[in-house]
Amino acid sequence: MKASFGRRYLFSASHRLHTDALSPEENRSAFGKCNNPHGHGHNYVVEVLVGGDVDPETGMVVNLVVLDDLVRTRVLERFDHAHLNLDPVFMNRVPTTENLCKTVFQLLKGAFGPATLECVRVEETENNFFECYG
Amino acid sequence: MIFLTRRATFSASHYYWNDGWTAEKNEQVFGRCSNKNGHGHNYTLEVTVAGEPDPVTGFVVDLKWLKDVIEREILSSWDHRHLNLEVPEFAHAIPTTENIAIAAWKRLDKPVSQAGGARLNRIRVYETPEVFAEFRGPA
Repeated sequence: MKASFGRRYLFSASHRLHTDALSPEENRSAFGKCNNPHGHGHNYVVEVLVGGDVDPETGMVVNLVVLDDLVRTRVLERFDHAHLNLDPVFMNRVPTTENLCKTVFQLLKGAFGPATLECVRVEETENNFFECYG
Repeated sequence: MIFLTRRATFSASHYYWNDGWTAEKNEQVFGRCSNKNGHGHNYTLEVTVAGEPDPVTGFVVDLKWLKDVIEREILSSWDHRHLNLEVPEFAHAIPTTENIAIAAWKRLDKPVSQAGGARLNRIRVYETPEVFAEFRGPA
């Protein structure tokens, strides 16, 4: 029987939406106050949804402790209290939450043994969120 | 197609234990959840049904009716109960959040589909605000 298991995590990071491909005026026009020169921060919520067969011995799709360890080592320790623009993955990509969401999906994809990563959702604020299904 | 979700809460206790394993293995796999004195959660159950709005009422289903079905089929059996000891589904299945979502589907699928108009689309069970499982029906 297939089911999905989800877990929410929190990290805080700063970023600045800016690309060298655009002029200062174009950056200001595209990104507004998110383009302010010294960046700003968010408390990001990452929701990880993993799907697969419910193991008949444990009743679980994925062990919560294993899930926590993987998310902590691959995502939270990397991005928590960091400046996203300085991370190698964002050297040539704007750290929008869309791109962050795709990055988190890539970092966790294939990590859960027989279970599969179904969805990564990143909430940038209470009012906006982004989802990636791979 | 419209998807309509009704939320309900219940509080229950449980523990995780596989009778086929040694006590050491249960503790290793399930950690603190294997404490046989049990522990409790405030669960949130989300029931999503899918269908077209009725041309007369504009309803996919009557929310009051759905509330009553959830109350009758689930809350009356699970709320303020020990899931391992008092709920028949968990006499032989470990009451993990995954299995609770499957059990909720099995209790609601028939009443929802028999009412006509809508079908059960998804069950989501939150064990805490950070942890949830969802079941979208047998594959």
